[in-house]
Amino acid sequence: MSKVRVLVGTRKGAFILESDGKRENWDVSGPHFAGWEMYHLKGSPADPNRIYASQTSGWFGQIIQRSDDGGKTWHQPGTPPGEPPAPGPPKAASNKFVYDTSAETGKPLTTHQFYDGTQHPWEFKRVWHLEPSLTDPDVVYAGVEDAALFRSTDGGENWKELSGLRGHGTGPKWQPGAGGMCLHTIILDPSNPGRIFIAISAAGAFRTDDGGKTWKPINKGLYSQYIPDPRAEVGHCVHHVAMNPKRPGVLFMQKHWDVMRSDDAGDSWHEVSGNLPTDFGFVIDVHAHELETIYVVPIKSDGEHFVPDGKLRVYRSRTGGNEWEALTKGLPQSNCYVNVLRDAMAVDLLDKCGVYFGTSGGQVYASADAGDSWNPIVRDLPGVLSVEVQTLT
Amino acid sequence: MIRVILPHHLRTLAQVGSELQIDVQGPITQRSVLDAIEARYPMLRGTIRDQMTLQRRPFLRFFACEEDLSHEPPDTPLPDAVASGAEPLVILGAIAGG
Repeated sequence: MSKVRVLVGTRKGAFILESDGKRENWDVSGPHFAGWEMYHLKGSPADPNRIYASQTSGWFGQIIQRSDDGGKTWHQPGTPPGEPPAPGPPKAASNKFVYDTSAETGKPLTTHQFYDGTQHPWEFKRVWHLEPSLTDPDVVYAGVEDAALFRSTDGGENWKELSGLRGHGTGPKWQPGAGGMCLHTIILDPSNPGRIFIAISAAGAFRTDDGGKTWKPINKGLYSQYIPDPRAEVGHCVHHVAMNPKRPGVLFMQKHWDVMRSDDAGDSWHEVSGNLPTDFGFVIDVHAHELETIYVVPIKSDGEHFVPDGKLRVYRSRTGGNEWEALTKGLPQSNCYVNVLRDAMAVDLLDKCGVYFGTSGGQVYASADAGDSWNPIVRDLPGVLSVEVQTLT
Repeated sequence: MIRVILPHHLRTLAQVGSELQIDVQGPITQRSVLDAIEARYPMLRGTIRDQMTLQRRPFLRFFACEEDLSHEPPDTPLPDAVASGAEPLVILGAIAGG
């Protein structure tokens, strides 16, 4: 029988929630890495026991953790716990994210726009998102703040920047959003190994078709009033992008304001906010089997990061946008003022599709019927930063 | 033997107790002690000082013998009491936030 494993990153540790395919009774383990900010955990599609995790702290910096047994035990790649020091180069390169400064590709990558409009050097702060390869458990991508894309080909032991992204020319126009200048979305195209989509707050969405060597902005159709040219090529605060791997050319975006859709792999976008009560939000995701069914959680505004009217409502569209219905069964409909952050929603692959999301209030909700009804798996975790799901057979 | 007290989260990361005892070759300085710690506990590389610049992370402080040594140059000899093992070098997180 199928099982489901939900990987939850919170502000004070990671939690792993497991259930059988009924998704009624859950085992909860954690906190793993108690006290640390766990920005993101994600399992390898090629080896579900391989899980990568971003452990971070304003005091102690960035740590990459890896599990090879489905989250039971963890280690820093290349630094097994308890191993005596060996001669040779020092280990713990897994924590080392160094921007490309080579003369060939790094030299033009010196600054980006700061909050006040002045130019500012790139400074590594943390890993926001880890995206394991679809086919090789040792290959994993990391989206970092200040925005850049790194790749490891040895299970997270060593990281190298794919500097073509910062080097394609618009870097000096990128600027930090309220959460920092983060590369938070990485989508691998299963039909085209060379194609990767990424998104940055506040720069926009970008695509490579050659495995990360060259990139182009894909923001045509976005409109953002908070930049001097609302239709600029870059500068848009894209909050999240989602794709169903069965239809890689169709993308859905939750922008700062506006829910958007692209039917041409990001070459152009059009708005599908429709009848949403507000089109500000962070998360967006696509049903695993119904390609036109998408989910968002509207948030009141950029100044008030909580759900409108004290009601926690997931909105579902079965028409690929524009026409939305509120999903409320099992969710609090009074005095609720939580947020749902950009990486804190995921779907499983079961039939019916399960949908999961975590809140700033520490609840993780699950729906085993594609959103028709919801139940909290846990209610009182630290604020949730990310939710990912593994469907295990 | 040099005695070093780490903050809680780094003890957990390195899987050590409340106090480290570590051999340090040559002059006893912040740099030589941190080099020895990182060689013995490589999982701590980058957590106390930046891996590239070797600068102390901004929210960490170094205390010893009731003195704040955080802003001492890294090659300045640590107090004799630290070098002799009578007193520990204390590495701790700065109090920040609420």
